[in-house]
Amino acid sequence: MKAAVVVFPGSNCDSDCWHVLNDAMKTKVQYVWHKELNLPDIDLVVLPGGFSYGDYLRTGAVARFSPIMNSVREHAKAGKPVIGICNGFQILLETGLLPGAMLRNRTLRFVCKFIHLRTENSKTVFTNRLSSGEVLRIPIAHGEGNYFCDEKTLEELEAEKRIVFRYSSEAGKLGDEFNPNGALSHIAGIMNKEGNVLGMMPHPERSSEAILSSDDGRKIWESILNSFK
Amino acid sequence: MFKAKVDVTLKKSVLDPQGQTVLQALHSLGFKHVEGLRVGKHFELMLHSSNRAKAESDIKVMCDRLLINPIIEEYSFQLEEVK
Repeated sequence: MKAAVVVFPGSNCDSDCWHVLNDAMKTKVQYVWHKELNLPDIDLVVLPGGFSYGDYLRTGAVARFSPIMNSVREHAKAGKPVIGICNGFQILLETGLLPGAMLRNRTLRFVCKFIHLRTENSKTVFTNRLSSGEVLRIPIAHGEGNYFCDEKTLEELEAEKRIVFRYSSEAGKLGDEFNPNGALSHIAGIMNKEGNVLGMMPHPERSSEAILSSDDGRKIWESILNSFK
Repeated sequence: MFKAKVDVTLKKSVLDPQGQTVLQALHSLGFKHVEGLRVGKHFELMLHSSNRAKAESDIKVMCDRLLINPIIEEYSFQLEEVK
């Protein structure tokens, strides 16, 4: 499997993603500058975290006009996997590849800490090495992760098992006290109808090696690699 | 030349944590009679449009496509002709 990490002005998790794919997962990976018109011959697109375009206007709102995004849209429409992490998730929402929008965190604070998330759907390209209900310990770092969508969209996400991760307790219990940002229905990650585009607020690339105190994120990369075997 | 002033707020159905926090701060200043507060955004645009109708329709398109996110926000605008 070959991967591309798209770099926007203001991305700051791009080298973490590259490092994990290259050094921890031993995958072929390259950076792609946002001004490129075409993606190279790759299988996976990673939209990394950060503050693309300084979060001007709304998070992710300006990145969707980057030249590379047309090619990313085509990649997604062709059914190939795209993972957007944190700001990458926000970009996927603004691009319309995923439904909904992000609001400021309920507390109005930037939250940077380890949280727990429960795997809601383990039959996806991104979670096939996880079991249903498996709890991961992965850090978040965002000011706008308060996921919102209308009722109809939420019903669809539920019915089609497109809520992939929810914030939970260590034991997998759901509750407001385990929801770090106020996200609707404790949503931490969702995918598109076709199941090839995932957006998630937590950072698996910051928790894919034991030295970082959790390597739970590794299972997400392993799942993606596994889906290409 | 037209000058447009666009005001954006979160939809009524969307919780506005920033507005609530500012409201609480006003209450603690003693303004207990303030009952509601929404925080929003304001844009001012200068447009070289041939006429008012064109300027209005352009602003609507600009709002829907970029300036606001219709999932969570709504807007209103005022348009005035300037020399």
